[in-house]
Amino acid sequence: MSVASQPVPAPAPSAKEAGADERTGGVRLIVRLLQRPELGALLGAMAVYALFATVDATPGHRFSSIAGMQNWTDVASSYGIMAVAVALLMIGGEFDLSAGVMTGTSGLLLGMMITRYQLNVWVGIVVVLVFAAVIGAMNGLLVIRTKLPSFIITLATFFVLRGVDVGVTKLLTNTVRFDVSDHAPGFASAQAILGSTFLAPYNFQDAVLWWIAITIIATWVLTQTTFGNWIFAVGGDANAARAVGVPVVRTKIILFMVTAMSAGLVGIMVALRFKGIQSGQGVGQEFFYIIAAVVGGCLLTGGYGSAIGASIGALIIGFAQIGIIFAGWESDWYYTFLGVILFLAVGVNTVVRRRASSARR
Amino acid sequence: MNDSKKVIPLLEVRNVSKYFGSVIALRDISMQVNGGEVTCVLGDNGAGKSTLIKILSGVHPHDDGELLVEGHSVHFGGPRDARAAGISVVFQDLATVPLMSIWRNFFLGSEPTLGIGPARRLDIGFAKKVMREEMGKMGIDVRDPNQPVGTLSGGERQAVAIARAVYFGAKVLILDEPTSALGVRQSGIVLKYVVQARERGLGVIFITHNPHHAFPVGDRFVLLNRGRLMGSFAKSETTLAELTQMMAGGEELERLSKELEKMATEPELEQVARELAQEAGGKPG
Ligand SMILES: Nc1ncnc2c1ncn2[C@@H]1O[C@H](COP(=O)(O)OP(=O)(O)O)[C@@H](O)[C@H]1O
Ligand SMILES: [Mg+2]
Repeated sequence: MSVASQPVPAPAPSAKEAGADERTGGVRLIVRLLQRPELGALLGAMAVYALFATVDATPGHRFSSIAGMQNWTDVASSYGIMAVAVALLMIGGEFDLSAGVMTGTSGLLLGMMITRYQLNVWVGIVVVLVFAAVIGAMNGLLVIRTKLPSFIITLATFFVLRGVDVGVTKLLTNTVRFDVSDHAPGFASAQAILGSTFLAPYNFQDAVLWWIAITIIATWVLTQTTFGNWIFAVGGDANAARAVGVPVVRTKIILFMVTAMSAGLVGIMVALRFKGIQSGQGVGQEFFYIIAAVVGGCLLTGGYGSAIGASIGALIIGFAQIGIIFAGWESDWYYTFLGVILFLAVGVNTVVRRRASSARR
Repeated sequence: MNDSKKVIPLLEVRNVSKYFGSVIALRDISMQVNGGEVTCVLGDNGAGKSTLIKILSGVHPHDDGELLVEGHSVHFGGPRDARAAGISVVFQDLATVPLMSIWRNFFLGSEPTLGIGPARRLDIGFAKKVMREEMGKMGIDVRDPNQPVGTLSGGERQAVAIARAVYFGAKVLILDEPTSALGVRQSGIVLKYVVQARERGLGVIFITHNPHHAFPVGDRFVLLNRGRLMGSFAKSETTLAELTQMMAGGEELERLSKELEKMATEPELEQVARELAQEAGGKPG
């Protein structure tokens, strides 16, 4: 934008008219690229891939083979679906620390309905998703009503569910695991879609397809729809959004519901794939979702970020987890590595965003 | 009666009062807002300016008196009612979302869409085109519609909010202290937009406590003091010096300048004291 009263930057002294125009075009393209939230994540993903492809100690360089790709997409998809949902919520200005444990709660609920009450698996899936929607709506309502930070509210939900998961499982099974019987009605068809593999010799997980589809849908919603506009607005400045008629409360509650339902979906996929689920499933994973979203360019303060970025963040986590194993390093270094990546990402995000928002063209 | 010759005001306030419990926020206020005119509402902090706008924009109901839009008595149930009646408020800080692009901000809350059902999506091309046109009408050439609003200057941000209100059918535009957080130059830019909105036939209500900003653009001046109407003048009936004096309360300023003079050991303070004395004396500073 150019306004008459605004100081115009002095043109490069030697630039000719035509040359100056071309230069302006180039600058604008770079600025536009820098304005993309996922740019830093993309560069980071390329660097991390190159690193682990180089230090790969497996015979035949498995990391950069299709078999290796099967391995890291498996890991990445398990985080990626949730990372996308958590990113939308974070752009909308909120957190959900119960997102990890919610995957466990959902899987356990499915296991309980199928194994104890012989419910059709598809019916069970619907019940789980409705249950998750209710939990998400409760998170949202509590955050809105109490005006407390979502960090605290969902931390409470996290601990409540964590206790319920173990308590109910022990009560009903005397173990810490719910089996999911593959003789249950509807199991075969549900597993074929949600917990099976594709591309025969390599056997990629179904979750990878779900992850890609969810990333595309989320990107579309975020950038191309009215609701996406509202997500950015409620996270960027809720008061301004309210003043122009954006339904702030509804938007936030829907985001909490979407996050919990995504956790429901992931829990269902885990339960069907492994024909059972541990009572501690998902605990601690919420941090990986947040790391993926932040590495993907989401601002912790809301109002800025992308779904593709969050998916790239999940991809980096997949690279790191598999890459460290293939490199023959002690696998505990994985956490340290992710910590460093998170530091770098936050640094890069800050610089990139400051650069983009001071670019006045 | 010469009613047939009289223009019906866009907005009229008749003997309106507002109480918050035992606090009388406004008492017996009357004013008129005509299209193509800037009505300045002046008053010190606590004078009731914000309360008055909140009544006009449907945030608070009024307790006594009457509110008329184009001659018809109205009772707003909420801000939506007021907006539907063509009354739009541009708040100082509530205007825009800094991290969002200009075009997204422009249509925020009233997004144009294409298609139906799940394929319904933003009409981005239309949004960018209209935003460019409307900003162009305010004399601003937007080259990059994707530019985040936060990278605009304070005056330009106000311009986005004003252009948006005008595009969405505002007939009466209320600007709540639009210049209070801005520097001299940016205030000048905003004042230019105020004049532009007037020239396009809108009734503009310009809230400020700075008579130096109000006088150059105002057509009529409404002075509030502690919830009461202190005076209402057409531009021809008053001067900047008079407005300044009335607003601050002449004697009070004089006393303040004397006190300052006594304390003044530093040249800057002396200067301030002199300026105060000047304003109190009614000479244009
Ligand atoms: N919601 C409210 N409840 C109680 N008193 C209020 C409320 N809003 C304003 N007031 C009182 O009304 C008076 C006028 O306030 P206001 O309209 O904000 O003045 P101004 O905007 O001119 O500074 C003040 O004394 C203020 O304390
Ligand atoms: Mg006020």
